[in-house]
Amino acid sequence: MNSLFPHLIIVPIILPLAVAAFIIMVEQRSLRVAISFTTVVALLATSIVMLLSVASPEANAVSVYRIGDWPAPFGIVLVLDRLSAGMVALTSVLALAAYVFSLARWDRAGPRFHALFLLLLTGLNGAFLTGDLFNLFVFFEVLLAASYGLVLHGSGTARVKASLHYIAINLGAASLFLLGVAVIYGITGTLNMADIAARIPHIAGQQRVLFEIGCAVLGIAFLIKAGIWPLNFWLPPTYSASSAPAAAMFAIMTKLGVYATLRATFLFFGADAGGTVDYPSPLLLLGGALTIVMSSIGMLAARTFSRIAGFSVLISSGAVLAVVGAGSEQALSGALYYMISSTFAVAAFFLLIELLNRMRGTVAAPMGPPVFEDEYQDPYEDGPPGDEVGVVIPAVIALISGGFILSGLLLAGLPPLSGFVGKFAMMVGLSEHATIADWILIALLTVSSFTVIVALLRIGIETISAAKENTVPRVQGVEFIAIAGLLTVCIVMTTNAATVLQYTNDTVSWLHHPQYYVDAVLGTDYRAGLEAYEGRK
Amino acid sequence: MEIVLALGIGVLIGSGVWLLFRPRTFQVVIGLSLISYGVNLFIFSVSGVQIGAAPILDPAITDLSTYADPLPQALVLTAIIISFAMTALFLVVLLASRGLTGTDHVDGQEPTP
Repeated sequence: MNSLFPHLIIVPIILPLAVAAFIIMVEQRSLRVAISFTTVVALLATSIVMLLSVASPEANAVSVYRIGDWPAPFGIVLVLDRLSAGMVALTSVLALAAYVFSLARWDRAGPRFHALFLLLLTGLNGAFLTGDLFNLFVFFEVLLAASYGLVLHGSGTARVKASLHYIAINLGAASLFLLGVAVIYGITGTLNMADIAARIPHIAGQQRVLFEIGCAVLGIAFLIKAGIWPLNFWLPPTYSASSAPAAAMFAIMTKLGVYATLRATFLFFGADAGGTVDYPSPLLLLGGALTIVMSSIGMLAARTFSRIAGFSVLISSGAVLAVVGAGSEQALSGALYYMISSTFAVAAFFLLIELLNRMRGTVAAPMGPPVFEDEYQDPYEDGPPGDEVGVVIPAVIALISGGFILSGLLLAGLPPLSGFVGKFAMMVGLSEHATIADWILIALLTVSSFTVIVALLRIGIETISAAKENTVPRVQGVEFIAIAGLLTVCIVMTTNAATVLQYTNDTVSWLHHPQYYVDAVLGTDYRAGLEAYEGRK
Repeated sequence: MEIVLALGIGVLIGSGVWLLFRPRTFQVVIGLSLISYGVNLFIFSVSGVQIGAAPILDPAITDLSTYADPLPQALVLTAIIISFAMTALFLVVLLASRGLTGTDHVDGQEPTP
């Protein structure tokens, strides 16, 4: 076990990639489902083992995997630290729930669903684990390519229109990403993130300015993904157009932008970098705060469930970005907790929306003529008799409303659930040594809770309580299991808040010491050697 | 040499950005392609413009600084493949959008005056 453990790090990338390539050749749906379900469960188990290996405070908090055993600055490394292990675990839990949900109907809407879903997981896990800037770009593109397919999954005019904008925006962002990477490579001569961090103190003068321009361009590319205002107008239409399991998976994609911002900020502009850029970044604080304001306004104007969910994705990433910009260590720990909880909550809400819309009777909208004749199957046209289990669960409306109330509480950050714990931890962290900007941010976090409640109450009353005639939706057991699973994770996070917060505290203190990251990747004497070399020049 | 390269990158990206903001989907595709060409040239140029430098190790040449930097070439190759695939995908979505909405406007409907 001990000798095999180092290779575990590459499993979350290799396994879904290999299975996705293989599964395209499998004709039988039941076999396809069995294989991909096993893969998703295996990924969850792997990610939990990895999480436990870095979780305890005294344990070695980082393990580095050299692909092909090439030494670090020359080969590509995968780095498993507390932040990446947490994000991979978050992805795996979410993936299991979204996948189980999709088994009810959506996986039949197109034959490539399973492969695309697994490729999305490959891209996400790879982006979280890689320690190389260009490799990060490649995994971004892998997951984006899969996500284009998933946005289009189910076809229809709305999806094609939304994905046209989505693809154009992301291709533009990819160009910015490449420009930033190229400038950084031109200045530092390396793409290994740890190596870049080690070389930053030795960059001086005009080179330094150019390097920071490169980082700024790269940062814009990350922030487009994270959905910061004013770069986020593409997000609500795309997320609300895509099918429920795909939208639930997309809840983690904005968090990937947040992750990349966090990683780059702390490695390149952390305490040791000795740069001219202040780390608590007022621009990030301003951008995050404006994201909260604009998304709250957008949410009040939204008239459909899925747009409300889209804006709540933006509010949560805006809150995390603003706290990163504010620079309080304790608040950042709370923000990470809030990010985990809100990702689950938003995903559960996206899944629930599907059922709520069925109840509203708005799903029967014509899906338009098929684009690809051979691949098309409307998930709402039931298959041959006996194909579907179709149990009408008694008290189905009560269960849906219960889920709606729980996810509403989570999204708004009201007690007693984990959304509140996260928001409260952020506020407590911000209120220590608070400046005026911090107080404004606290006020904004409070107001955004209020707007979420208003928006959800209004549409909830309209749909559940005051509806003239409700059709009792046909809901399958797996759909309930998926939503209940996600909400249960949130409840467990509430009851074990101390454990999770301890983990996020450790993560933040780890992030604040980028020299450990550098030493782990490049060896402890690398920085001293670099210093001596630069001194000789 | 540098000025020609810089002008080339500038013209490609400039025209690409202008086309990207045009209302027709085909113009957007061409714009994105031009931008990606410009970006590829830019990546190629970051290691410094060298003419006639050997890309492959030659035992006769021992001074490493006379070689061309191989890494940007590898990066450009990857970037070309990715942008090529994405352009192909975007073209399919463009055709689907044209077929479903009956217009080639990026919003799927003609602007109402």
